[in-house]
Amino acid sequence: MKMMNVHSKQPDSTFTGISLKRRSRKHLRSHPIQTAFIYIGLTLCALLFLIPFYIIVRNALMTQLEVTSFDWHWWAKEPQWDNLNTLFNDLMAPMGTGLLNSAIIATLTTAGQLMFASMAGYALARIPSRWSQPIFFLVLLTMMVPGAVTFVPKYLIVSGLGWVSTLQGIIVPELFSGFACFLFRQFYLNFPQELEDAGRVDGLGYFGVYWRLLLPNSVPILVALGVISFISSWNSFLWPLVIGQDPSSWTVQVVLSTFITAQTINIPELFMGVAVAIVPLVILFFFLQRYIVAGVARSGIKG
Amino acid sequence: MSVSTPKTVQETRSDARPTVLSFWHRAPRLRRSVAFWTLVGPLVLGLLVFVYIPILWGLVLSVSQAQATIFPTAFVGLDNYRAMLLDPEFQRSLVTFFIFALFIVPLTFVLALGLALLVNSAHFLRGFFRSVFFLPTAVSYVAASIIWRLSLFNGLPFGLVNMVIGLFGAAPISWLSRPNPPWYWLVLVTVRLWLQLGFYMIIFLAGLQEIPQALYEAAQVDGVSSGWKRFRFITFPLLRNTSIACLTLLLIASFQAFDEFYNIMLGTGIITARPPLWYLYVVGFTNQDFGRGDAGSFILTAIILLFTLLQGRLFGFGRSLE
Repeated sequence: MKMMNVHSKQPDSTFTGISLKRRSRKHLRSHPIQTAFIYIGLTLCALLFLIPFYIIVRNALMTQLEVTSFDWHWWAKEPQWDNLNTLFNDLMAPMGTGLLNSAIIATLTTAGQLMFASMAGYALARIPSRWSQPIFFLVLLTMMVPGAVTFVPKYLIVSGLGWVSTLQGIIVPELFSGFACFLFRQFYLNFPQELEDAGRVDGLGYFGVYWRLLLPNSVPILVALGVISFISSWNSFLWPLVIGQDPSSWTVQVVLSTFITAQTINIPELFMGVAVAIVPLVILFFFLQRYIVAGVARSGIKG
Repeated sequence: MSVSTPKTVQETRSDARPTVLSFWHRAPRLRRSVAFWTLVGPLVLGLLVFVYIPILWGLVLSVSQAQATIFPTAFVGLDNYRAMLLDPEFQRSLVTFFIFALFIVPLTFVLALGLALLVNSAHFLRGFFRSVFFLPTAVSYVAASIIWRLSLFNGLPFGLVNMVIGLFGAAPISWLSRPNPPWYWLVLVTVRLWLQLGFYMIIFLAGLQEIPQALYEAAQVDGVSSGWKRFRFITFPLLRNTSIACLTLLLIASFQAFDEFYNIMLGTGIITARPPLWYLYVVGFTNQDFGRGDAGSFILTAIILLFTLLQGRLFGFGRSLE
C-alpha cells in the first residue's frame, strides 16, 4: 500500500528534487559554520562506515602472526597475496565450489524471477481476462507471508521432491516472487497504450508486444529489481544452510560460516575469503548503484 | 488495494481493427486466453507449488506427529502448538527478539533519518557520501559477522575496539564470552546498524525529496528560522508515510533476524541470545521435529501479521492510503 504511494508520487519528486538542490545551495552559502559542521559530521560517519572494509583488506593481506600481534599494525609489512592460494587450496572449506554455486544460484534465481514476474505482470496489466482479479489476489496474498519464517514448510516440499543438497532445491522455490510481479504489473499499467497499439498495427501479437516492446522499454525496472534480487540471493544464508546439507551444494556464505566454528581459524585466509565473497557485489554495486538507489527509493520497499 | 484500470483494459481493441488479419485477430477470445495463461501460468504454478502447497502441507504436519519424517505419523491436535508456546526456550527467544527490537528499531530509525538529513543538506560530494553509507548493503550478514566477531569485537587486546578503548586506559573487554554484563548486545546491534542504515537512509532521502521547498520558504517568511522548528513542524510531519513504512519494515526484519545471531553467537556458550528463527532452526533441523517446527512457523507468522496490523492500527493505515 505504501509502495504504491511512493511510486505514484515519483514524477513530482524528481521535479522538486531539482529545484530543492538549486535553492538550498544559495541558502547554504549564508551559513558557513553550519556547512562546516555538516561536512565534519559526514566525514566522521563516512570514516566509521569504511572501517570494516579497511579491516577486511588489512587482515586479508597479513600473516597470522601480524594479525594476532598484541601491538596494533595498521598495514601488512609485506602484503601476503599468497593467502589467496591458501584459501583456494583449503580442502576443509571448498571456496571455489562455493563461489561457483553462488554464481549459478544468484544468476538463475535473478533471471527466473524477472522472467516469470514480468510475464505475469504484463498479462495481469494488459490482457483482459475474468481471471485477472482472482490471480492478482493470489499473488498479493503471497506478499503477506513472511519469507524467512516459513522455511520449515518450504523445506518439506523440497524434501518431498528429493531436492535436498541440490542447487535446484535452493533455486527453484525462490524463482516465484509475488512482490516482483506486483511491481511489474504497476509498471505496465502506466505503459503508454499508443505504443502497444502501434506494435499491434505492425503485426505483433501479445507475445510480440511483450518481448519486442515492453521488455526493451522496462530496462530500468529490470536492472533495479535484478540487482536487488542478485544481491539478496548471493548474500542469503538461512535457506542455503537448510537445503545445502552436503559440501558440494554449499554457497559462499555457508562456506564462510563453517570457518567461524572451525577448530583453528586462519584469520588472514578467512578474511581473504570475505574479500573474495564481497568483491563481485561491490563491483556490481558501483556500476549499477543508480538503479539500486532508484529501486529502493521508488519501489524497493521490500519486507 | 487493487487498482482497477478501465483505461488500459481494451476489451474490444482487436475487434476494432479489421485491417490486421492474423489468425489471432480472427479468434480474439481464444487468442487472449492462450496468451493470458501462457504468460501468467508459470508464476501461478510456481506460487501454488512453492508457497500454497507448503503452507497446506505444513498445516497438516503441525497437527500431527512428524519426527524425522516429512509425512504425518499420528494426529495430535493442537499439542505441537501447545508444546511450542509452553517451551521456556521459545519464550526466551521471544524475549531475545523483544530486547533486540527495543534497541535496533529506534536506533536505526533515528540514525538513518539523521544520516538522510545530513546527506540531504550537503551538495558538494553528496553522491560520494550517499554511496559510502549505502555500500554496506552489498555485504552479507555472514561476512559482516566475521568482521565483527573476529576482528572488531574479538575480546582480545588485538581487536580494534579493545585497542581503541585501551588508548583511554580501559582494560580489554571480552565481548562474546560472558552472558554478564551482556556486552554481546553491543556487537549484535552495531553489526546490523552498519548493514541496514544505508537502506533506510535511501528511503528517508526519497521521502525528503518529496517535501515541497515552498513550505520552507513560507516558514521563512513567517519568521521560523530555527532548524529544529522547521524539522519539528514541516519535515517530520511530512515524512509520516515514510516513517511508518520504515518502522514496519524494521520490526518485521528484526523479528526475522537469524544470520548475524547464528554466526556471531554460535559456539560462544551464551544460549540466552537466540532469536525465534534460530529456535525454529534447532527444532526443525537439529531435532528433525517437523510437526513442532511447522507449528512454530505458523505461530511466528501469526505474530508478525499481528504486529503489522497493530502498527497499522496505531498509526492509522487508512490515512497513509489516502
